[in-house]
Amino acid sequence: MGADDETRHVPGARAPDRTGSLSSSGLRLALNEWGEPDAPILALVHGGFDFSRTFDVFAPLLADAGWRVVAWDARGHGDSEHAHLYSWAADVRDHFAALTFLSDGPVCVLGHSKGGGQMLDLLDARPSLARAFVNLDGLPSQHSAPDIPDRERQRLRRVDLESSLDRRRRRNERQRRPDTIEGLAERRAPMNPRLPREWLEYLVTVGARPDPEGWRWKIDPVLHLGGFGPWRPQWSMEHLASLELPFLGVLSGVADDPMGWKSRRGDVDPYLPPGGRLEYFDDIGHFLHIEQPRQIADLVVEFLEPYR
Amino acid sequence: MTRTTELLPSGRLHLALHTLASGEGRPLLLLHGLGEATPSACPAWAAGWPGPVLGLDFTGHGESGVPVGGGYTPESLMADVDAVLAGHGPLTIVGRGLGAWVALLVAGGRPRLVHGVVLADGPGLAGGGHQPPSPYVTLLPTEPGRVPDPYALLELSHDVRPPDYALDFVRFAIEDSEVDNPIVVSARVRPDWLAAVAADIGVLDLSLEEALVAVA
Repeated sequence: MGADDETRHVPGARAPDRTGSLSSSGLRLALNEWGEPDAPILALVHGGFDFSRTFDVFAPLLADAGWRVVAWDARGHGDSEHAHLYSWAADVRDHFAALTFLSDGPVCVLGHSKGGGQMLDLLDARPSLARAFVNLDGLPSQHSAPDIPDRERQRLRRVDLESSLDRRRRRNERQRRPDTIEGLAERRAPMNPRLPREWLEYLVTVGARPDPEGWRWKIDPVLHLGGFGPWRPQWSMEHLASLELPFLGVLSGVADDPMGWKSRRGDVDPYLPPGGRLEYFDDIGHFLHIEQPRQIADLVVEFLEPYR
Repeated sequence: MTRTTELLPSGRLHLALHTLASGEGRPLLLLHGLGEATPSACPAWAAGWPGPVLGLDFTGHGESGVPVGGGYTPESLMADVDAVLAGHGPLTIVGRGLGAWVALLVAGGRPRLVHGVVLADGPGLAGGGHQPPSPYVTLLPTEPGRVPDPYALLELSHDVRPPDYALDFVRFAIEDSEVDNPIVVSARVRPDWLAAVAADIGVLDLSLEEALVAVA
């Protein structure tokens, strides 16, 4: 199987106007930018198993509204360097490095999914980094953990534990499986069941690279969905209550989207910062900005307008 | 004997596994505390162990490799120990401080390869407590190869150790171990997670010397 060199197009997708990189404690993180270089900064933080080019439709809409939109790839994702170790805390620190690299003062920040949850941690620790914060379905709560009996939870933890150790033993042999563009899109579809196949094929052309055996996702093969550890989703929600800055939360109400946190309005309302705003869409999935880019971009632009 | 060292591959880095004493039978593996490294000679309390006495330097410590950009978790250190188990297990573990917490995790993660763990006092025993501490995010000056890695010291002193999480690993160890009492607590200091472990059914509470006899 040889790699095809086809490109794919989706309406509205635009490659970044500029690319670059920054160092987070010696680890190289790739940067992508859309919009005028002297416009006010709007930093976008992607979710788990995504990468900054997943903003290729959404970011240009924000840039065309007058923002310098900057997104970086998390360690091990997209074009960023693969790391020896990965953790939630290390990602949060990388976001800190990126924001302080971009500006000496506060900027507007938008985080999706895991990126949104990590920004809750960062802005609780470093409130002076942000002028305003938009969180797209990145609000973990007690509903993010499956409601299962203790015995079953222990069994699942044991399975995660063993498979994680087995995977680490084989880390030197692991590489992403090669496939055609269509094949990689097909394999990603279970994570993004509501997104059109043409979008997933486009993602392959910007998130994978071809070699003589086919296309392979760039993401570090050591990384995988799931895993185990003591982290509890409601801890992130507690960071939300600490914030004192303009806040817009956007929740998806589609319960069966596999990548969502599944938090409901009632989980978030009690923790909203003073003056915080929460929007809830029961007909848009977890990838709100990809499923309805114009609608979500309009909402974000309207909310952020006073904080340019 | 003079300490000898074997390098185990770990991704693009390596782990230093030291042999402190030779012998016949099941090895005893020493896991150091936070910021420490394997001692240069076999400790007096381990001198009576019949099998070889080994010591592992965790990632970012001693003679092991130092990753770029941190990212340490106790769960990632489990994989360090698992690399030793792959070539030298089954074995018995004595863990000090941070090493005690990692020893408990790996006893639950590989119960058939770990024939007893002793949880002893040492640096990094408490971690970040049973709930997340106040969030603290900072960038440390980078100095390639410096040990102990400042990010290891930062991150492994802030990780959360809920008692119910610890008890899951006790259950895994007790249910699948080939040893009747696979977990022995000898630490005198008892952070919440360790107090819960020590109080659990099937866990022994003994001095270090008694513990070594119990797990031999």
